[in-house]
Amino acid sequence: MAKEKKGVRLEHVSKIYKDPKTKKEFYAVYDTNLEIEPGTFVTLLGPSGCGKTTTLRMIAGFESPDEGEIYLGGEPINALTPNKRDTAMVFQSYALLPHYNIYDNVAYGLRLRKMDKETIKKKVTDILALVGLEGMESRMTNQLSGGQQQRVALARALVLEPGVLLFDEPLSNLDAKLRVQMRTEIRRIQQEAGITAVYVTHDQSEAMAISDQIIIMEKGLVSQIGSPQEIYYHPKNEFVADFIGEANFLKGSLIEKTGSGDTAEGVAQIGDNKVEVKEVGHLNVGDECELVLRPEAATLADQGQLPCKVTLSCFMGSYQNYHVLVGDSVVKITDFNPKNKKIYEVGDDAYVVFDPKNVHIL
Amino acid sequence: MAGKQGSKLDRQKFFADPIMVTTIVLLIAFLTLFILYPLAILLVDSFVTENGFTLDVFRRIMAMSNFRRAITNTLRVGFLVGIASSLIGLLFAYVEVYVELKTKLLEGLFKVVSMLPVVSPPFVLSLSMIMLFGKSGIITRYLLHIYDNSVYGFWGIVIVQTLTFFPVCYMMMKGLLKNIDPSLEEAARDMGASRFKVFSSVTLPLILPGLGNAFLVTFIESIADFANPMIIGGSYDTLATTIYLQITGAYDKQGAAAMAVMLLCITLIMFIVQKYYLEAKSTATLSGKASRARMMITDRSVTVPLSILCTCMALFVCLMYICVPFGALFRTWGYDFHLTTKWFAQVFTRYKGFKAFRDSFLLSLIASPITALLSMIISYLVVKRTFKAKGFIEAVSMLAMAVPGTVLGIGYIRGFSGGVFHTGFLQGLYGSAAILIIVFIVRSLPTGTRSGISALRQIDKSIEESAYDMGADSFTVFMTVTLPLIKDSFLSGLVTAFVRSITAISAIILLVTPQFLLITVQINEFAEKGAYGIACAFATILILITYSSVLLMNLFIKHFGTSRATNDV
Repeated sequence: MAKEKKGVRLEHVSKIYKDPKTKKEFYAVYDTNLEIEPGTFVTLLGPSGCGKTTTLRMIAGFESPDEGEIYLGGEPINALTPNKRDTAMVFQSYALLPHYNIYDNVAYGLRLRKMDKETIKKKVTDILALVGLEGMESRMTNQLSGGQQQRVALARALVLEPGVLLFDEPLSNLDAKLRVQMRTEIRRIQQEAGITAVYVTHDQSEAMAISDQIIIMEKGLVSQIGSPQEIYYHPKNEFVADFIGEANFLKGSLIEKTGSGDTAEGVAQIGDNKVEVKEVGHLNVGDECELVLRPEAATLADQGQLPCKVTLSCFMGSYQNYHVLVGDSVVKITDFNPKNKKIYEVGDDAYVVFDPKNVHIL
Repeated sequence: MAGKQGSKLDRQKFFADPIMVTTIVLLIAFLTLFILYPLAILLVDSFVTENGFTLDVFRRIMAMSNFRRAITNTLRVGFLVGIASSLIGLLFAYVEVYVELKTKLLEGLFKVVSMLPVVSPPFVLSLSMIMLFGKSGIITRYLLHIYDNSVYGFWGIVIVQTLTFFPVCYMMMKGLLKNIDPSLEEAARDMGASRFKVFSSVTLPLILPGLGNAFLVTFIESIADFANPMIIGGSYDTLATTIYLQITGAYDKQGAAAMAVMLLCITLIMFIVQKYYLEAKSTATLSGKASRARMMITDRSVTVPLSILCTCMALFVCLMYICVPFGALFRTWGYDFHLTTKWFAQVFTRYKGFKAFRDSFLLSLIASPITALLSMIISYLVVKRTFKAKGFIEAVSMLAMAVPGTVLGIGYIRGFSGGVFHTGFLQGLYGSAAILIIVFIVRSLPTGTRSGISALRQIDKSIEESAYDMGADSFTVFMTVTLPLIKDSFLSGLVTAFVRSITAISAIILLVTPQFLLITVQINEFAEKGAYGIACAFATILILITYSSVLLMNLFIKHFGTSRATNDV
């Protein structure tokens, strides 16, 4: 549907803000380089204050970068005002025009582009069908549920056939169930429209469910860029590992290493125990290392790699939730479908068991 | 850090919007020329003579005993009126918010009282005060048989101004009291405090900054008031009337300018204290919204006396307003109570009533939409945009609130009678209809701006951003999004500006030329001469005009005002 899918490129982009209290300047976004391919769905993910919304607003044109240049479809757009940029944004609060009905809201941008009435009518009707609001043209925005307002906001942005569609935490005002439903919808519509999308959220499951690429940001810096799988299974640092899903960190050192590159294997010393590890190409023998163990990648057994003591055992229905002590660090374990498995109680001694292939080494 | 590029780009984007830039430039020019410049010229006038920079003028006016007396008079009246108005306002607000109102009558009276300051022309209360309590006043002469009662002077001004200004305090205090979380008081009561103890140890400390705020607002209003002291002051002169007489009677333009500077200093200092200290403090202590409905006081030993007190006072105020149309209907007030229409007839036959109403009406009608639009534009710029000159625009339009009309009037005379800086530039403005319209605009601008700003603050910034993002430029955003969303505020700003303009007197009386007849100036003239029948007839028609325009606005908002309903999406 988009006239032309456009890519977005950020080159050394920084934004400086002034702290209103201390009057000190700080980098809200620092030296960010991004390459967003046309037609992809890219999510900026991070905790609040990490610079994700600022980055999005710089792409939209509401904020001006203090350093660097932003390109849209290869053209530098730094000097363009938001109304002259080929972007359309879906706002967190939807920002529907409260004095217009659905039709007028969606037609607003088209009218500004001086299209004739017939074209506008056709486009609006088509887009409302796409987002599932056919026949509701004359409703006022305050007669709509949160999900419907969301659809109008999406339709209003889509109908302009922008080079890039921008989303600023669009689902954060919806309840949990609707959020899951809407994110699937957004993904479907983006795929159908074949449009480039940049999406900001702090909800990692939302990011995983919806994106081709996730960009993790922390304190104004890009921590990691990659597909959801890459980010989940191969986090680059503790922050990413911890932010995406749950993770246990086991500190130790590499004491043996064979091979190199992607096939490098070895043995790590964790406390008094030796553990077989894979993917250690980036480490040398003697280096400090950290094992990232996802709770669902480990189970408890009477024999295994790491001896432990159970400190919490809690039945959650679909899984048994354990906290165990390995040395003096707590390891969380979720054991799925525990119906016919041995259940360990608090105070039991056990072993943590995992497949070395499921462990990521930092 | 290299923060330059961002601000450079912001500037570049800003200048890519020519309509916005032109608007801002014109606005700055307007504010500078019609608010700052007249005040600056007063300073120049009072400090610079042929001998260069000097304090001679101030020395000369300070040597005048009548001026020194006027200063103390003004401060005494202002102080007393401020205290009385804020206390009565507090009483009314407390009764409305805390006490179970038993009667429909009282509820109706409260509505009337809150409406009065909006529709009331300036002299009405002074006129009726004289007609009720003066030498031939109904109450003094016919009920009490006092034949030599004098209402003129200190007490006359104090009573009339208090009755004029306390509704403003009432509205201010009502807003504050409503914001007190009832559970605070319930907690105190629960811990064993009596009702009075709750009031003195919880409620009162919470609203004290607000009460101070109301006091100063009234103080400023009282000091700046021209119309009431003019009519009921008698020989008791205040600053505003002294300045007026200095320029119209003694033709001492320099002296009047220096006096105006003194008056301006007083109001400005108070305004700064009020605006930047008390206002912030009073809202800071009461930022919380009431969590739920308040348990009204139903104890008869509290409700009955308070209700009676408020009813009596409200009825008295109403009586004073009713007095005016009757003043126009009696053959000779105080002597002959036969009904007659001769005063109304004389207004139109002998005293060019039609011309007066046409002039007043037309000038106000032209001024009000400009004022309303201008104040909405200023509020939009102040709330929604960031640019260098924003602080200037906000400060100057607020400054206008602290400038007494008399001061502005003198400033215009000095600033424009010989053209800008006495160069002859824009000299044609002086004495024209345009300058009267400009005065109307400047005088109503702060009120409109204030209500526009508070209306705009309620609107989510992203609504305008979304329109901007969809391709609208600033002008289109303002016309298609901002203005429709603050339609109610715009409409009420329109009517307020109209009412304020048509009832304006203090600045306009100094600038009006015989070419134009204005109702308020006519009322002043006839009241001065003691021709109360004619003055009342003029005033009655004026009240009718203002009242019906307010009614019209309410009807209009009821039927077409949708912005409030849809704002809380």
